Formats: sequence, structure tokens, C-alpha cells
Amino acid sequence: MDFRVDDAQRALAEGIRSVVAGRLPLEHIRALEGHERTIGAEDWAALGETGVFALTLAEPAGTGLGLADAAVVFEELGRALVPGPLVGTYLAAAMDLVPGAAEGTAMVGLCVGGVPPTWLVEHLSALDAALVLPGGGIGDTSRLITAIRDAPTSTRVAVPLDPLTPLWHLSQLPAGEALEDPDRRLFRDGAVLTAALQVGHAAATLDRAVAYAKERHQFGKPIGSFQAVKHLCADMLVRAEVARAAVHAAACLADEPDVLAAEAEAAGTSDLAFMQRAAAGAKLLADEAAITNARAAIQVHGGMGYTWEVPLHLHLKRAHLLATTFGTKAELSDLVASFVRAA
Amino acid sequence: MDLRYTASEQSFREELRRWLTATLPGVAPPPPHDDWAARRAYDLAWQRTLYDVGYAGVDWPAEGGGRGASPVEQLIFKEECERAGAPYVGVNFVGLLHAGPTIVAEGSPAQRERYLPAILRGEEVWCQGFSEPDAGSDLASLRTRAVRDGDDYVVTGSKIWTSHAEVADFCELLVRTGGDDQPGNRGISWLIMPMDSPGIEIQPLRTIEGTTEFAQLFLNEVRVPVANRVGEENDGWRVTMVTLSFERGTAFVGELLEAMRLLGELDAIGRRFDLFASDRSLSHRVGHLQAAFDALWALTKRNVSEAAQTGVPGIGGSVFKLAFSEHAQKLGELAVEMLGAAALSADPLVWHGEPIGNAEQVHNWYKSINLTIAAGTSQVQRNIVAERILGLPRTR
Repeated sequence: MDFRVDDAQRALAEGIRSVVAGRLPLEHIRALEGHERTIGAEDWAALGETGVFALTLAEPAGTGLGLADAAVVFEELGRALVPGPLVGTYLAAAMDLVPGAAEGTAMVGLCVGGVPPTWLVEHLSALDAALVLPGGGIGDTSRLITAIRDAPTSTRVAVPLDPLTPLWHLSQLPAGEALEDPDRRLFRDGAVLTAALQVGHAAATLDRAVAYAKERHQFGKPIGSFQAVKHLCADMLVRAEVARAAVHAAACLADEPDVLAAEAEAAGTSDLAFMQRAAAGAKLLADEAAITNARAAIQVHGGMGYTWEVPLHLHLKRAHLLATTFGTKAELSDLVASFVRAA
Repeated sequence: MDLRYTASEQSFREELRRWLTATLPGVAPPPPHDDWAARRAYDLAWQRTLYDVGYAGVDWPAEGGGRGASPVEQLIFKEECERAGAPYVGVNFVGLLHAGPTIVAEGSPAQRERYLPAILRGEEVWCQGFSEPDAGSDLASLRTRAVRDGDDYVVTGSKIWTSHAEVADFCELLVRTGGDDQPGNRGISWLIMPMDSPGIEIQPLRTIEGTTEFAQLFLNEVRVPVANRVGEENDGWRVTMVTLSFERGTAFVGELLEAMRLLGELDAIGRRFDLFASDRSLSHRVGHLQAAFDALWALTKRNVSEAAQTGVPGIGGSVFKLAFSEHAQKLGELAVEMLGAAALSADPLVWHGEPIGNAEQVHNWYKSINLTIAAGTSQVQRNIVAERILGLPRTR
């Protein structure tokens, strides 16, 4: 057992980081705030070319890596605030649902069910297909809608919560086709990679808070010398590290069926149930880490944290958006609790 | 990144599991909490049992008489013992986890020979004399003084939070030997103090649990041979830090697995008395705690992996302690809230012939309160994380 992020994974993360820094620097991303499309087709295809959507596909179509490697990559994408339906397109590629998804020549979104019963879909006008995952993909049958762009009664949301995620409101969805997914892979990979994005957000806001606490002076000292500020920052690190460990453990269980079988047996439950518990728990903690860390970072930044200019609100808003996919807090904690019971 | 155990780790686990399964049915239940003489006898007997089959000092290096197990094997050892319900380390804690490893690393050959085998064989008990009434988080400000007189140090002062002092044979003692020009962590020495020395008064301290877990020691001109000093004079702080470096990320494995077990029991209480139907948030809190404990188990594996490769668990130790103590307290609070009036009894209550399970939840709640205080308060831990890991300015 060596549960550290290994050298190859570090190199993978650094590679993605430098590609994103070169191709999608923050000022480039922010230039499209509020637009109908916040990541251009060429940039999407560039992500596809680096293999972001095909990481776990076997060669030659993909790179033949594991979900743990994909989690490392998606953490970087979250950290850099890369827009677009990353997880939906990854799932479509990984399960071979939509041609072009692996290459980034197609874009596949997620339909998120709201309250009251209604649907929100990001990047609708650019989508080639969309996945419908009722109950966050935990329970009911998931569907694939290829004619999503032609959906009747779609309205673009004038002011989406996340200015980098354009949204459309649909009162009704086209039927689409039901997906065979006996191993609940859509939920497994979707929850783990969404959680990985969230860990990236949690880490990014931690880094920004710490950097600001070192440089901002009040009362003649860096504010990071005050224990009240130090403790906010320390708690941010704890949340990010705990969530990251959970995400990586869930990803490893997905990659290592023999380990999963042994752990499930020790816990007195099925492989599927143990896998779902790990994925749901990781998503639950990562959602919390991303949202709470963004809030804490805004607090550390004081008034500047409340401005549009400082990008902390973008992390906070994206974290809330991601928290609505692959299980809400209530759905995920119910799911994990049900496995406490079953064991 | 992988979670796969090697074949030799698997066989270590299987062998241990077989032995525990065969052995534990013959082990009596533990004695009452405050019967220290009985607890000493019980814990030493278990240590002797471990010694006889080669499981004593699993985490000690071979040159100290231990098994020299890898960090991953240490994790497996703690996991299997906890899951099987084996007796706890109990009064052997300081000897096995602190004083012993210190003597292994820093003791003279004569000291190793004199003290180490007796710890491993379950013959002698150690306690710890580090904290003082005026030196808690700021341990380096300790004032218990040792004055050289011939071949002895004459020690005067007071120590506090000393567990099982009443039944200890030796105390690992930090004293101030340096002059005024050596304040703080300079001028401290590490001594082995026999607990039958004249001049030691032991005053038990009652905790909020109502038990005498700790004691305060009053030392009045206690003579400790200079030969009992471990390391050089005034070098005791470094000696103490060396001991801390023995931690392999497994310090809270038992507590974590116990917390998971108690969460399962609490969930069963909730279902038996239909507590979740009227308040869905209780069930959500159970799920959230399970997710947190699962994540902390993953973090434990990460820290152990780090220790296996680099020798120390890295940043994970403080991170783990902060997160675990917080969630363990949440478990205690959830239990007391769910039990309602049944939490007003710290004695087992019975309903329809079946125990409710209130007592162990209440006692766990008590214990959880201490988790953010003992072994470094959470406030001090946050300072450490902020300064040493995040690089924020060091100030108080």
C-alpha cells in the first residue's frame, strides 16, 4: 500500500496545470463572464486533445489511466476554474455514449433537477447531448438525451448564479434513451470527479487566503500573524486534506476491484454498496470543503473578498453549482447513513 | 496511489487474526475503571501474552527488542486488535509508546538493557511527568528543578496529568537543570525517576467522567541518580522531540475505529426507538459522521504511507488530530441529543429487557470533550498547522 500521490500523478497534475495556465489563464476565462458560451469550441477541443475526457479509456482511444489519475487531473481543472460540463463530457466518453466526447469535439451536459420539479441545463446551445441523472444518479434510471438543443420551452437564465456557467431553464425534458448502468458507474465516476473538482476549488481558495494573509497588513502586521486569521486558514487546510483523502480513496476503490471486494467483505456489505458509500461520502465532504473554504477565504479577504474583482465568488458559486449534481447534501448523507445501517 | 496490501502484509494480518480469534475467548473482561491495582495486573498480563507470541513492541525497532514492523504492519496490528476487541494498551501506554522508544533511541546500552525488556514483557509500568500546573501548551516553560548533588539530582516541583501514576514503577520526567542563561527549551533534562523514591506525593485528579484518570505529582527533594539521565544534561528537549518522531500516523487508529463502532451503535438506537422519523436531520448527521470517519480512515492510510516512505507522517498528523477530535465531539453531541432523557443516566438503562446502550455513548461523550485538549489543544494545533505547514508568520 502506498496511498500517496505518486510521481507520475504529480507529473500529470503539473502537465495539466501548465496546459491550462497557457491556454485558459484566469483573465481569458473571465473575459467570457456572462456569455452564452464561456469556453470556446477550440478550447474545449484543446482540453480533449490533452486527454482530459479520455483519461480512463483504453488505448489507443484514451490514455488507459485510472480514476485516481483522473481525480488528480480534475482537481487541477477545478483549481483553475475551467468552465464547461467537464464531468458530463467525461462520462459520455468513458461510457462511449456520444461520439466526439473523448476528443472534446462534442460537449455533453447534465440536466439538474430542481425544486419545484424543473430542469436546469448548462451550456444548452453548445451541447451535443445531455445526461439526466434523477436523484443525483443515485437511484432511478439515468437517461441520455441527444436532442437536447431542440428541447421545447427552454429559456436562458438571464443571470446565472455562476457567471461562468450559462444556464437554461427547461420545464420539460425530451424523453431520451434509458442507460444500462448496472454497476452505477455514472454515479461512481461522476461523484468522484465532481468531488475532485470541488477539492480543487477548496485548495485554490485556501491558497488565495494564505497568500493574502501574508501580504495584507493591518495594525502594522500581516493579518496572517493574528491567531483568529491563522485558525480560519488552518481549518481550510484540514477540510481540503480530509476531502482529498476521501476522494482519492474512493477513486482507488474504483480502480482496484480486489481491494474493494476485501473492504466490502470486512464491512459486511456488497461491493456496489461499499463503492457507493465511498463515492457519496467523498462527494459530501468535498462539497462542504469547497463551499466552506470559499466562504472562509472571502472572510480572510475582508471587504475585498466581497468584490466582483477578486475571484473568490467564482469559486463559491461554482462550488454551489457542483453541489447540486451527483447528490445533494441530503441525498448523499442519506445514502451513506443507509450503508451504516446495512453493514 | 494504491490501497493494495502486499502478500506479506496480508499474511501478517491473517496470522494475527487467527491468533486473536483463538486467544481472545480466554481473556477475562477488564476490571472496573477505578480499580488501579486490578487494571495494572490485567494490562500487564495482556502485554505478557503478546510478548510470548512475538507481538510485543510491534512498532519498536528490532535493536530495542521489538518486532520492527513496517508502518503498514503497525496499522494492520492496531486495526485487527481493535476490530477483534482485544484489551487496550492501558497502563503500558507510556512505556510502550513513549518512554520505551525514547530509551531505544537515546538511552545508554546499560539503560536499554535495564528498562526495555521489562516493558516488553509486561513487568514494569511507566508514567509521564512532562506537563506542570504552569506549563501546559507551553511545555518548555516547565519549572521543576533538578539540582546536582554528588551522584544524584535533587528534584523539586510538581507534575500534572500523569496517568496511572499510582501503579507506575518509573516516571519519564522532564526537569530544569540549566541556569537562568538557559531558559525555555534549553536547560531541560530527561530523567528516569523510580516511583518508590522518597519525596513523591501522588494526588489523584477526578475528571468530569468521575474517574481518576490522572494524578498530580508533588516532588519534594526527590533524589534521582545521575545515571538515570537519558541523553546529555540540558539536552532533554531534543530527546523528547526524537520520541515524537516515532509516530507513524497510527496514533488514533483505535479511537477512530471505536468511534465508527459507536456510530453504528447509535444508529441502531435511533432505529430501535424510531428517532429518525420525526427528525430527518438526525439521520443526515449519522451519514455525515460516517463519511467523515471513512475519510479519516483514508487519511490514516495516507499518513501511514507517508511514514513508510519518509519515516514521518508528514503534515497529516496535526490535520488528522484536528479533524478527528472535532468529529468525535460531534458524535458525542449527537448521541446525547438523540438519547434525550436516557443520556441523564451514565449507568446502563434497560428497556423491555434489552440494554438501551446509553452508558457507553454517554461515557464516549465525556471522553470526546478531552480530545481537543489532550496532546496539544486544537488551538495550539491550528497555530502549528498555520505556521509550519501554511507558512504564516510566527507570533503569539
